[in-house]
Amino acid sequence: MAECSNMPLIVVDNLGVRLNTSRGPAQAVRGVSFALTRGETLGLVGESGCGKSVTALSLMGLLPDSAVVTGSVKLDGDELVGLADSDYCRLRGNRISMIFQEPMTALNPMHTIGNQVAEPLRRHKSYSAAQARREAIALLDRVGLPDPARRVDAYPHQFSGGQRQRVTIAMALACEPDLLIADEPTTALDVTIQGQILDLIADLVEERGMSMILISHDLGVIAENVQRMMVMYGGTVVESGPTDEVFRRMGHPYTQGLFRARPKLGARKGTRLRTISGTVPELADLPSGCTFSDRCPLVIDQCRAALPPMVDVGPGHFARCIRTDVSMAERVGALTA
Amino acid sequence: MSVFVLRRLLTLLATLVGASLIIFLVLDALPGNAAQMLMGADASPDAVRALTVKLGLDQPLAVRYLQWIKGLLVGDLGNSYVYGTPVGSLIAERLVLTIPLAIMAMTITVTLALSAGIYTAANHNKLGDVGVMSLTQVGIALPNFWFAILLVLLFSVRLQWLSAGGFAGWEDGIWPGIRSLLLPAISLAVVQAAILARVTRSAVLEVLREDFVRTARAKGLGKREVLWSHVLRNAMIPVMTVMGLQFANLLAGTIVIENVFYLPGLGRLIFQSIANRDLIVVRNCVMLLAAMVVIVNFVVDVLYAFIDPRIKVHDL
Repeated sequence: MAECSNMPLIVVDNLGVRLNTSRGPAQAVRGVSFALTRGETLGLVGESGCGKSVTALSLMGLLPDSAVVTGSVKLDGDELVGLADSDYCRLRGNRISMIFQEPMTALNPMHTIGNQVAEPLRRHKSYSAAQARREAIALLDRVGLPDPARRVDAYPHQFSGGQRQRVTIAMALACEPDLLIADEPTTALDVTIQGQILDLIADLVEERGMSMILISHDLGVIAENVQRMMVMYGGTVVESGPTDEVFRRMGHPYTQGLFRARPKLGARKGTRLRTISGTVPELADLPSGCTFSDRCPLVIDQCRAALPPMVDVGPGHFARCIRTDVSMAERVGALTA
Repeated sequence: MSVFVLRRLLTLLATLVGASLIIFLVLDALPGNAAQMLMGADASPDAVRALTVKLGLDQPLAVRYLQWIKGLLVGDLGNSYVYGTPVGSLIAERLVLTIPLAIMAMTITVTLALSAGIYTAANHNKLGDVGVMSLTQVGIALPNFWFAILLVLLFSVRLQWLSAGGFAGWEDGIWPGIRSLLLPAISLAVVQAAILARVTRSAVLEVLREDFVRTARAKGLGKREVLWSHVLRNAMIPVMTVMGLQFANLLAGTIVIENVFYLPGLGRLIFQSIANRDLIVVRNCVMLLAAMVVIVNFVVDVLYAFIDPRIKVHDL
């Protein structure tokens, strides 16, 4: 498959998504652009409602019918925006797969896990029932489900949350996709299980040479699991770059705020967590100019005039901020942490 | 699984015993003496008393109840006060009409409701959805006896396709019988179908919002495939619950509809027996209806366990 590994697998250019919400149309995603080569891993960080899940769903073509997608998403050079659903169905679960946040509800309670894992194989690879079942058992074994040959005929309610997430991973990987999108795959799990699941995903991504987009609100998860990262706020990318580079020296005041707000081990009892003052803006009612301007400690009038451009602040490292001279003088990141 | 069925069976028995007690006590408390009714207002008190003894109506309440239950268990329901013939055969004659009528009405209900419900849910908020849902709104508002008369006006009087009433029987084959039950079955089904269609629609819509539907789409299944292979089975639980309850409504509806169409069915037998104070017939007919409703709901409960794998485990 990897004929020319330097050609990007997926190229997203100026992606925009407008959703029709109960409060009227909302521009959930604006001007998101990135490219991902085979085997590369990208993290999307941000608070709830920042547009990271909408971005992922638009790559999957799974947004509601009323959503308006603009810009371009190319998979191996083929345009995906505006693709007919029947054509998209041939890609989903086959070349692009997704793991969702809630393993407790992501599986159909009425079907055995074996059938659910076998479904993409039967659909995309036209496996016979027996073939698909054998492959499903092998996949369940690979994701570390104990005794898969016996439990393949069990129903989702007979498994724990962590086990169910293993099942959804097996399902997503069944057809060996080129791109795996993991949308907060561990958020709903026990802390002790989170590490195991992330390690499993990392192993599988490496083993199969997949590209991965990992979505998380947890900076720690992002720091340990992806090569590159993008920080989203109010539907726009506010900072992007190699993970090490961004963590070494954060450019955008929002990224810095997120970093300062993380709980720290060894903090004195009674120490309050640092917060970012203000609230996340309504997507239907974004401030003009920089989306973070209403909460930014460094805001000046110019910030509100127009959406700032991406500013080059380091090797492959960009921040959508006109005050990086001030923000980066503070040296927030692993340098000072 | 077997424990689940066993427990439901015990509930079923308890319900039947409770129903029999209520039916017996209510009918006993009704004013009016059957012997007096049969003999007429001019009969001598001695003659009325003699008939009362002959019918066993002088016995204490508990004795009469137990006798009735004993009779139910061995299949001897006693003789009608009015016709003098065994109640069992009287009911059996009428069931030949009412059971096929109920089955036809239920079949029409389920077919109409499921297709309308699934269609509207799949086309949520589109023109077809709005149109069909307005129709069901009208359907719910229709009194079935009035709709029956409209059907007679159209199909019997104007088009002359079907007869306006009466029952052809099953002697000349199945078609004449079915033809004579068609209009009654449709009039019984329309209201029920309208209700069930709305229940089906909202059940399907609710399941369509579930996370696993998105998972199935993420696996590459088309919208239609997801609907058939993932959504419907999940949506069937509330739909079947309502279906079971509707069966009771439908049986109650036959009492009115059999009178509109002049059909010699169980509903008409109940109606006439009430008018004649033929309480032994009323009592057994009502018990039969109660038993049918309870049994249908028992079957629904057992079907839950077949449809939803979670139910077996929770109830074991």
